[in-house]
Amino acid sequence: MNVETGIRWMELFNEKVQAEKDYLTQLDTPIGDSDHGNNMSRGMTHVIEAIEAQKPDSLEELLKLITTNLLSKVGGASGPLYGSAFMGMLKAQKEDNIPWSAVIKSGLESIQKRGKAEAFDKTMIDVWIPVVEALENNQLTDAVIDQAVESTKPLKAKKGRASYVGERSIGHIDPGAYSSGLLFHAMLEAEAE
Amino acid sequence: MKKIVNDPTNIVDEMLKGMIVSHSELIQRVPETGVIQRKAEKTGKVAVISGGGSGHEPAHAGFVGEGMLSAAVCGEVFTSPTPDQILEAIKATDEGAGVFLVIKNYSGDIMNFEMAQELAEMEGIEVASIVVDDDVAVEDSLYTQGKRGVAGTLFVHKILGYAAQQGQSIAEIKELADKLVPNIKSIGLALTGVTTPGSKQPSFILGDDEIEYGVGIHGEPGYRREKLQSSRDLAEELLTKLTDEFGEKEEKNFAIMVNGLGGTPLMEQYVFTNDVYTLMKEQNLTIDYYKIGNLMTSLEMQGLSLTMLYLEDDFYIEALQAPVTTISW
Repeated sequence: MNVETGIRWMELFNEKVQAEKDYLTQLDTPIGDSDHGNNMSRGMTHVIEAIEAQKPDSLEELLKLITTNLLSKVGGASGPLYGSAFMGMLKAQKEDNIPWSAVIKSGLESIQKRGKAEAFDKTMIDVWIPVVEALENNQLTDAVIDQAVESTKPLKAKKGRASYVGERSIGHIDPGAYSSGLLFHAMLEAEAE
Repeated sequence: MKKIVNDPTNIVDEMLKGMIVSHSELIQRVPETGVIQRKAEKTGKVAVISGGGSGHEPAHAGFVGEGMLSAAVCGEVFTSPTPDQILEAIKATDEGAGVFLVIKNYSGDIMNFEMAQELAEMEGIEVASIVVDDDVAVEDSLYTQGKRGVAGTLFVHKILGYAAQQGQSIAEIKELADKLVPNIKSIGLALTGVTTPGSKQPSFILGDDEIEYGVGIHGEPGYRREKLQSSRDLAEELLTKLTDEFGEKEEKNFAIMVNGLGGTPLMEQYVFTNDVYTLMKEQNLTIDYYKIGNLMTSLEMQGLSLTMLYLEDDFYIEALQAPVTTISW
């Protein structure tokens, strides 16, 4: 990953978030509080504006800019969680010759530290965990991502607002897992270009 | 859903502007933030601040003023404010005696307020906090986020705000808060769902003759759906749920709050209050303090919540009865 690919990654992620804004909110309605689409849309709009204004010339600078904007513009639960993810990635990226899978893994660890969720609690990390595993084995594909997103459907939520509805969360895709899916689909597309 | 708006994405900013122009004697806005701060002399006391998503007006900005909150941090609709905003509120209100945060128990609020607390402590400001989880509709267990924070939070604002005004230290306020919160229990019911500005669908749809018990203030689903009943039957359901949670108590004295969720007329709230009074009297429970009205709303949702505060400590009633200068208490 270099800064050009990183910027492209964010552009593609933004396009996907804006295109699926209503769907993200729809996913958040039965088991959450119907704000995920609006929040991610607002956050990514700011990220893209900041990239255009500040023209980051290193991956570190880019990650820093993403972190600040997500932390200060998203709010809700997804703001600190996505903000922490990029903060964790930024920390790892500062080390020399670190593989990209380790950078993403550091992002995952940051999310877990902030949100205190475990695997299978029906949260975004149920996508991040298999993505990190696949990256480590050089086997990340769109199918792996889709499968991880879909795997949150039968789970009963134990963390986040979906945990309030307990059994009734079963049968719904977790909205944070879905937006994480968009993030990684965008990453694969940017890397392929 | 019809709404009186310009651009839904600017709704919070425009609301805050309207509040400031109409109540400029009481409150001011920390520039370029969603923070509403009281206009009051700083006298070296603990600042009590709260906040959360918007859409619950008058909570929390309506409770900013002398004797209550030093500031309220207003997030987007139903969305926790961000750590930088909360940090600005902490910095703006600190009088040198520390800042006490009242947080409603939602994962977003907790994470954002925790991050702000860490940032403030790095800047050398003493910060303590309490998480309010008064909603008994949600099962409390180690495996969930736990109970939500709803209307009972306002009793916490009032009592802690008074304690701060009396000059209590941040450690004393923390101790008071830890004892107070378990004495507060709330439960709500909805006649309609709620539609956030800019979205096309309501959070849930109830039939013309249906109600739902236990809904949250963001339109989160409740625990049971039933046919609409009389106010007295509704009061009995909510009251039973609350008194069961309290269990047997030595004293029989309570403060109650009947809170309209936004779309229910005050007339109906008083009808319901009368039923609560009658039912409590039958059980030899005494109400020493009443608070009725639209206090912690959920946009235009029709429905109400009932909060009971067990008056374990005489200080609670003294604090509740003390005068304040806020827009909405």
